[in-house]
Amino acid sequence: MAFSGLFLIVFLTQHMLINMLSVIDSLRLNFFGVEESNLFNEVAYFMGNNPLVQFGLQPVLIAGFMIHMVMAFVLQAKNYAARPDRYQYANKARAYSWASMNMLITGGVVIGFLGLHFYDFWIPELKAKYVTGKAHIGDGPATEEILADVNRFYPELVHRMKYPWRVAIYCGSFVLLGLHLNHGFQSSFQTTGVSQGKYIPLIKKAGITFSIVVPFLFTVVALVHFFIS
Amino acid sequence: MKLTLHIWRQRDSETKGEMVQYIVDDVSEHMSFLEMMDVLNDNLVKKGEEPIAFDHDCREGICGMCSMVINGQPHGPQKGVTTCQLHMRSFNDGDSIYIEPFRAKGFPVVRDLIVDRSAFDRIIQAGGYVSVGTGSAPDGNAIPIKKEEADEAFNAATCIGCAACVASCKNASAMLFVSAKIAQLDRLPQGKVESKERVSKMIAQMDEEGFGNCTNTGACSAECPKEISLENIARMNRLHLKSTISPT
Ligand code: HEM
Ligand code: FES
Repeated sequence: MAFSGLFLIVFLTQHMLINMLSVIDSLRLNFFGVEESNLFNEVAYFMGNNPLVQFGLQPVLIAGFMIHMVMAFVLQAKNYAARPDRYQYANKARAYSWASMNMLITGGVVIGFLGLHFYDFWIPELKAKYVTGKAHIGDGPATEEILADVNRFYPELVHRMKYPWRVAIYCGSFVLLGLHLNHGFQSSFQTTGVSQGKYIPLIKKAGITFSIVVPFLFTVVALVHFFIS
Repeated sequence: MKLTLHIWRQRDSETKGEMVQYIVDDVSEHMSFLEMMDVLNDNLVKKGEEPIAFDHDCREGICGMCSMVINGQPHGPQKGVTTCQLHMRSFNDGDSIYIEPFRAKGFPVVRDLIVDRSAFDRIIQAGGYVSVGTGSAPDGNAIPIKKEEADEAFNAATCIGCAACVASCKNASAMLFVSAKIAQLDRLPQGKVESKERVSKMIAQMDEEGFGNCTNTGACSAECPKEISLENIARMNRLHLKSTISPT
């Protein structure tokens, strides 16, 4: 749980940083009179076409997610079985946070979100690259030229973020992701035994900061494209 | 004080139990919680009813025998005390109080509020000791031990093994207890020698007894009458990882 979780934290950080490039692009295009800004496109193209990323890192990422999810359900099932007769009066024990008691709920929302997220970006991308050989932007026709266009990623992102319902679901999910990380971050240091003595307050602070900053910046990405791009 | 009590009654581990309501109206706020239970039992015996079975021994907060989940909290609402040290002044006249046994797969109900906690004894038997005779108390300065280490070893050793950690954990995990026993020995030179084997054996026994796994909610430490620290669990995890990678 902890090792796969830590791996996902690293993944999430790089994902967020790449997305921030699209925000920089948007601000340059819309406020600084720059004609062309393709920071996001360049990195997205690299990530989508570099064989090491596609066939090396991507399978590891998928495995990381699967391990994390499967282990989460196995863990919950085992833990549930450890108390066959439930308390009659609700357990009022002073746990330290709502997040720590409800990881399955916050994680479940993240799964749901991932479903939509894959439908939005990942599945069309795989289909274009490996099945039809044609990509499209927005509601336009799918062509081979678009697939070859190194600058097709930014306009597609902007198009997806046009819909208020989608932006609302994305932002809502980021709040729950934040709660998941709020517990998960520091919990993984406890599980791996890193938490001790003087590191404990440090890990707690880093965890709180991470769980606020990263989901917040993801929210910024969604909102910037919705309102500005 | 007059109280409405809802108490778990169960004949034995095989029989289904249920909550039964009792009224006690001659309770003084200076009584301990167990004295209040004694009053109730006196009344029941006088009426010819079966008294409520509950565990207790020292009644001074050091033996770890008393248990009970009171209004959803092991050892009741006051922080850092056992049920025997909890007083009725923590409640108000007219309150309803729900009293249940510590619930976990590893702790079958013996009767009413008494559960069989011998799983903890078996975990200790699996490795919670130093396997050579270390003689009688040595000279305090014979083996220099850092003050902080000695203090932390002592803090871990204050665990009275009552199992409130298991009762409070949503996963019925025994990791706070097990880790306290491991840390207490691991922090001292006589115990450290066998740490790796001890950790593997005690964790294996803990799993065999059917306890859940820690998800770091911190409820155990918050409900522990001796306020044993979660840091012990991190230490146990670290030792377990080490002993898995290199067992000797
Ligand atoms: C895909 C949906 C996800 C589900 C169903 C899920 C579920 C869970 C569950 C049930 C736990 C352990 C329970 C607990 O500690 O109380 C957990 C822990 C954790 N999760 Fe997730 N999670 C998901 C996604 C993520 C993501 C996207 C990240 C990070 C980017 C993440 C990071 C963590 C971390 C660091 C832990 C702590 C591990 C530990 O202390 O053992 N999870 N997750
Ligand atoms: S009866 Fe000994 S600790 Fe409560």
